[in-house]
Amino acid sequence: MKQRIPIAISFITGIIIIVAFYFPNGPLGDIEQRTLVWFAVVAGISMVVGVESLLRVNLMKVARRRPGWGFSLILLASCILTLVTATIGQIKYGSPFHVDSPFMYVFSYMVVPLQATMFAVLAFFIASAAYRAFRARNLAATLLLLSAVLVMLGRVPIGETIWKGFPQISDWIMNVPQIGAKRGIMIGAYLGAAATSIRIILGIERSYIS
Amino acid sequence: MSAPAARKTWLERLNHIDRRLIFVIVFVVVSIPMLLKLTSPVKVSHEVQIAYDFIQSIPAGGVVMFSVDYDPTSAPELQPMILAILHHCFSRNLRVILTGQLAVGMPLGIEALESTAAQFGKKYGVDYVNIGYRPGNQAVIVAMGRRLRDMFATDYRGTPLDQLPMMKNIRNYDQIAGVVDLAHGGTPELWIQFGQARYGVKLIVCTTAVGAPDYYNYLQAKQIVGLLGGMRGAAEYETLVKAPGLGLLAMPAQSWVHLAIIGLILLGNLTFFLNRRAKNAENA
Repeated sequence: MKQRIPIAISFITGIIIIVAFYFPNGPLGDIEQRTLVWFAVVAGISMVVGVESLLRVNLMKVARRRPGWGFSLILLASCILTLVTATIGQIKYGSPFHVDSPFMYVFSYMVVPLQATMFAVLAFFIASAAYRAFRARNLAATLLLLSAVLVMLGRVPIGETIWKGFPQISDWIMNVPQIGAKRGIMIGAYLGAAATSIRIILGIERSYIS
Repeated sequence: MSAPAARKTWLERLNHIDRRLIFVIVFVVVSIPMLLKLTSPVKVSHEVQIAYDFIQSIPAGGVVMFSVDYDPTSAPELQPMILAILHHCFSRNLRVILTGQLAVGMPLGIEALESTAAQFGKKYGVDYVNIGYRPGNQAVIVAMGRRLRDMFATDYRGTPLDQLPMMKNIRNYDQIAGVVDLAHGGTPELWIQFGQARYGVKLIVCTTAVGAPDYYNYLQAKQIVGLLGGMRGAAEYETLVKAPGLGLLAMPAQSWVHLAIIGLILLGNLTFFLNRRAKNAENA
């Protein structure tokens, strides 16, 4: 029973969505629309479950003084700060997302710089990794290296200043070999995805409920 | 110490260069052009030009939907894009709907929308509306194609959409001239698969430089009407709308850091081959 109900739900909703795609008008379209709204509701609830899980794990870590509990404490304090500022924004401005809301202040002056800095650090590591790992060890690596250098030069204004042909070569790499390779990979991946979807709808693939 | 041994040591040192030195090089070549506020003109690419032409072709009063699907990690690349396209839309008296498939991206979209709307004296509910975020990604995109109000009955402040003058006649994608999806992940593929393929949504994809190659095949197949990739894409759009911003400001820094990385790659390969030759000579 524990397995049959999820399989039955997958089968019924899967069939409705597929048939409604071809016959969007009429009752099937309405049922599909209702199913999509339910999907959004369930997705929203899953976010709440995620927040609950995150808080519970970190609360336990702080309570038991496990290694790294200080970071968990910062996370919990940040959660409370966000909740408080969002509540103030809701009461005072009608939405936490109002531009003058304290929640937006926290977002703009704490979340944005922190996340942007973490991502920006990547540039340093990429430069270091490029120096160490980007070696013309064989033909394939040489081709990759040459393409990378040509695209890097073709995508910035200085490349065109050095030689007008760089942007054209870069465009050709992006529009011909790159697209060809990508399209092949994507067709293969999506055929695989379609096959897996059919297996899930028909109840053959059950790993998601195990 | 013999000459080959000294040479080997020198090569070894170069081969195992302290990565902090590389970090300093990157820091210097990025920060100096930014601090000096240098700019360099960019040539507009075909994919950005057709995106601009599409927005330009929408008659005044037309509606453009912006889907903000990126978070602060990609804001340096995507925020200049949304600012430039919003500038273009408002300068042409187009109306704007803001939504998003990523909750954490919404504040970035709101900041861009409110600041640009204030710049052009646009009024909320008349010239632009923020319908907010709903979880569900593809489910939201498909459902909006049938009835937008099934997913978004109210705007982000809880005002019913029918009370907003701009939204009165907007039921689904049929009344929306185009969608601009700004994303750092795979959301544009969802818009293409479920918005464009099913409802014929005219889609402009704005994404990071790393993500842009994923969408060239859709551009070639005419499933999207324009593509902006990375800071270069933003700089090109800023050039077209004659509103220089962070995109154009970042171009010299990007030029020099690309040159620096190419230089490092060449140096790395030179030491690699010299090392290999030295080892072969030793073995012989």
